[in-house]
Amino acid sequence: MENIRHILDIISVYALPSIIFVILLWALIKKVPVYETFVDGAKEGVDVTLRIVPYLTAIVVAVAMFRASGALDMLTACCAGFLDKINMPSDIVPLAIVRSLSGSAALGVFSDIASSNPVDSYVTKLGAIMLGSSETTFYVLAVYFGSVGIKKVRYALITGLIADFLGIVGAIVVANWFFA
Amino acid sequence: MNYIWSFLILISIVVGAVNGKLNDVVNALLSGAETSVKIAIGICGVMVFWLGIMKIAEKSGIVEWLSKILTPVANFLFPEVKGNDKIIGDVAMNFSANALGLANAATPMGLKAMDEMQKINKDKSSASNSMCMLLAMNTAGFQLIPATVIAILVSCGAKNPTEIIIPTFIVTSFAFIGAIVTAKIMQRIFPPQTESGGE
Repeated sequence: MENIRHILDIISVYALPSIIFVILLWALIKKVPVYETFVDGAKEGVDVTLRIVPYLTAIVVAVAMFRASGALDMLTACCAGFLDKINMPSDIVPLAIVRSLSGSAALGVFSDIASSNPVDSYVTKLGAIMLGSSETTFYVLAVYFGSVGIKKVRYALITGLIADFLGIVGAIVVANWFFA
Repeated sequence: MNYIWSFLILISIVVGAVNGKLNDVVNALLSGAETSVKIAIGICGVMVFWLGIMKIAEKSGIVEWLSKILTPVANFLFPEVKGNDKIIGDVAMNFSANALGLANAATPMGLKAMDEMQKINKDKSSASNSMCMLLAMNTAGFQLIPATVIAILVSCGAKNPTEIIIPTFIVTSFAFIGAIVTAKIMQRIFPPQTESGGE
């Protein structure tokens, strides 16, 4: 296990610099005018960011209001009864619901779980797996579609939510298998 | 999206009124609006930087080279963009960055792919099948190592935080494949783009 951690540390430190290093070096070998090209490409970044703002505001505001009104807690309470039956501890329910909506909230909920339960407990591990295997669907949707001005998302949202659901089910099954 | 968005806001107001938390809801509205702009400004710098680097990768032929390797997979996932090296290369870079847990780098790469997809999109206001597939790949959040989660576990004093890596990998792979299959199925169920945008 120590070895694995060591390898992970190396990957997390070296991944980013190595990518930049390889791209730059290769471009120099290919005689690409790197500085001009960089500035040229980077210019688009500001535009893209500005284009995202309305989409991001729409979703962040809606989610923030939903949380503040207590509606999210009610939704959690509704689901808890049912989810208890499939061996899903009620502590996990808020995480399962919130992780599609808001990344920072999901992180907060998980930190809560990890600090209010024994850190090596089943609940904490299940939470860790659930959080580690997910991405904030609504945020990704807002940013990606916002950047090119797509307003009709067609089946992208439902697909994302189904995938989130599969991730929740998968996390419970796998956590049961490994840690129960 | 119309329904979900208005549902979230309308329910918030109603529930907030019932719970006597209307004041909190209004405050959340204001701070949420502020947060959203902060997020955008927060990613602006990284976005600018990576789009610059991506341009270099594109000019030097790395993107094209990556896409050549991945053509068979890409043709299955994104039949619409067949032969478009730029898109496939961008998607490949987006996926690799995600897998390595480099979310900061992955987003600009994914947005670059979106931009290229939009150029060949028939209806500029609705999402093409390729876009939905790219979204499915990104919302599933595939990554090899859940670094953030491990960091939290470490800070809480877990004895063996790395033991979640393998289970997480199994789950995230399962969700990732599930997302791709779902997107493929939905393509058939949903009306094609030109007739109506749909929801």
